[in-house]
Amino acid sequence: MKDLITIAMPKGRIFEEAADLLRQAGYELPPEFEDSRKLIIDVEEERFRFILAKPMDVPTYVEHGVADLGIAGKDVMLEEERDVYELLDLQISKCYLAVAGLPGTRMNDVAPKIATKYPNVAARYFREQGEQVEIIKLNGSIELAPLIGLSDRIVDIVSTGRTLVENGLVEYERIVDITSRLIVNPVSYRMKDERINELVERLTSVMQEGVKLR
Amino acid sequence: MSQLFMFEKPLGMRDTLPELYEAKSQVRNAIGNEMKQWGYQFMETPALEYYETVGTASAILDQQLFKLLDSQGHTLVLRPDMTAPIARVAASKLLKEDLPLRLAYSASVFRAQQREGGRPAEFEQIGVEMIADETVSADGEVIALMVSALKQANLENFQISVGHIGFVQELFLQILGTEERAQSLTKFLYEKNFVGYREHVKGLNLSSIDKQRLLDFLKLKGGEEVLDFAQSLLENGKGREALLQLQQLWEIVVDYGEQEKLKFDLTLVSHMSYYTGILFEVYADQVGFPIGNGGRYNLLVEKFGKTTGATGFALRVDRLLEALGELKKAEPAHCILFSDERRKEAFQLARDKRGEGVKVALQDINGVKNIDQFTEQYGEVTFLIGKAGRGNES
Repeated sequence: MKDLITIAMPKGRIFEEAADLLRQAGYELPPEFEDSRKLIIDVEEERFRFILAKPMDVPTYVEHGVADLGIAGKDVMLEEERDVYELLDLQISKCYLAVAGLPGTRMNDVAPKIATKYPNVAARYFREQGEQVEIIKLNGSIELAPLIGLSDRIVDIVSTGRTLVENGLVEYERIVDITSRLIVNPVSYRMKDERINELVERLTSVMQEGVKLR
Repeated sequence: MSQLFMFEKPLGMRDTLPELYEAKSQVRNAIGNEMKQWGYQFMETPALEYYETVGTASAILDQQLFKLLDSQGHTLVLRPDMTAPIARVAASKLLKEDLPLRLAYSASVFRAQQREGGRPAEFEQIGVEMIADETVSADGEVIALMVSALKQANLENFQISVGHIGFVQELFLQILGTEERAQSLTKFLYEKNFVGYREHVKGLNLSSIDKQRLLDFLKLKGGEEVLDFAQSLLENGKGREALLQLQQLWEIVVDYGEQEKLKFDLTLVSHMSYYTGILFEVYADQVGFPIGNGGRYNLLVEKFGKTTGATGFALRVDRLLEALGELKKAEPAHCILFSDERRKEAFQLARDKRGEGVKVALQDINGVKNIDQFTEQYGEVTFLIGKAGRGNES
């Protein structure tokens, strides 16, 4: 397929919202699209190839150019700092990064410990606050860490705050708001500019309509 | 550190095996010849330089430098690019009366890995520097030469994006008023973060017209018509200098007949402080990273004590090879297997063949255990064994 565009999509939560957005932008995606367990899905009519990746890996695929485009959360972009264009705020999967911990506790004065899936973001944030912390990298169920005494605080994404409440944790600081972004490989951005510009325009108008409706 | 296995190399270091070496030479020769044809002279500089001079002057980030100490305690760097060493030589030795100087190089440069693998820490760059000519003609020449050289290397599908840091600075300064505010907005371009750029602009205390000018700036990407649009973003035609240069550059490249591969992208900011005027990157199909870049760097030579302008480009041979895909393999050599009795005859035959330009490997048959396997790697094979006259060719 000539002028095929490869799009790296995050598996899970963001995937459906992103697919929905592409449909609103007038792209014909097959109905069984969301249910497929395949890792590579070709949509020949639209000359798209989707690759399904772990959210944290999307910018890696795009940076290396094996995917032209990707949809990645700002949290992942901040953590990974990949050399890609961040073209569009898709306004989906809204959440924020926050510091949380057990209520009424203070951070250890000598060596405060922070558990997180985002070691770079967390280290940068506390450094900017003038605080030197020790980062403990976890891969999931971050809320466990303060409950069982692994860390004083956690840095994690919060969408509704329910997980925190259910585990008896409170939010201490809000670090940054997160939405999903359309990211582009710098070479694809030039070599496939016509198709990418069209996609960006179509998505932009969907989002502007969304703003009007609200 | 765990004990190293004997096969291990430092992170990002790669071997060039014969086949790849051959491919590299082909590309290097094709491009190098074109550079020579344009009157550029090749030169070499040492792999090690002082950190305080070349290390700090180079455009490469500090954390990417390989540093070591010499016996006097000076910090050294493995050269991270060739531009800074050449600027050093030009400023201290070659520049006479500030006459334009055309230099070329092909050399390994060293940049430490930032994160995971997948990228070499040592790679070959081939490029030119045009020193002491501050005209747009010089910028046009290096771009036209780059296009021509890439075509000589048989690369077809590539594109050059050209920007101008002077335009970015002028426009941002006009609207934002201070160097500092302009700088912080420029940083978003450097980081390729257009979302952050737009948010930053929306949050600024500016008239909606000025905000729109800054937002429209992101659209300055495309053919020659972009320059007119760019012009309309400037106040009363102030700061047109950069755009005039780009217009002139376009005309020069058109006169070279090489405009087909050229596009403008005024949002291109490849470095926060290194380039001073026209700058560009070159991209090829099938390669996720730019295959080369360049631009005008008028402040670099000054760091080495001469005030003069310079422009140039560097191509990455590894990425270029990736873009070229399958290269034609080198002709396999002719092999002559001989035994002692016919050694002299074999040597004579080899000499004759080599004289005709054929590559010939001479091999004493007693040195080979499996003859079939051995001869597979050669094209033609001649056996000169046993008593004279009984040899057979296959």
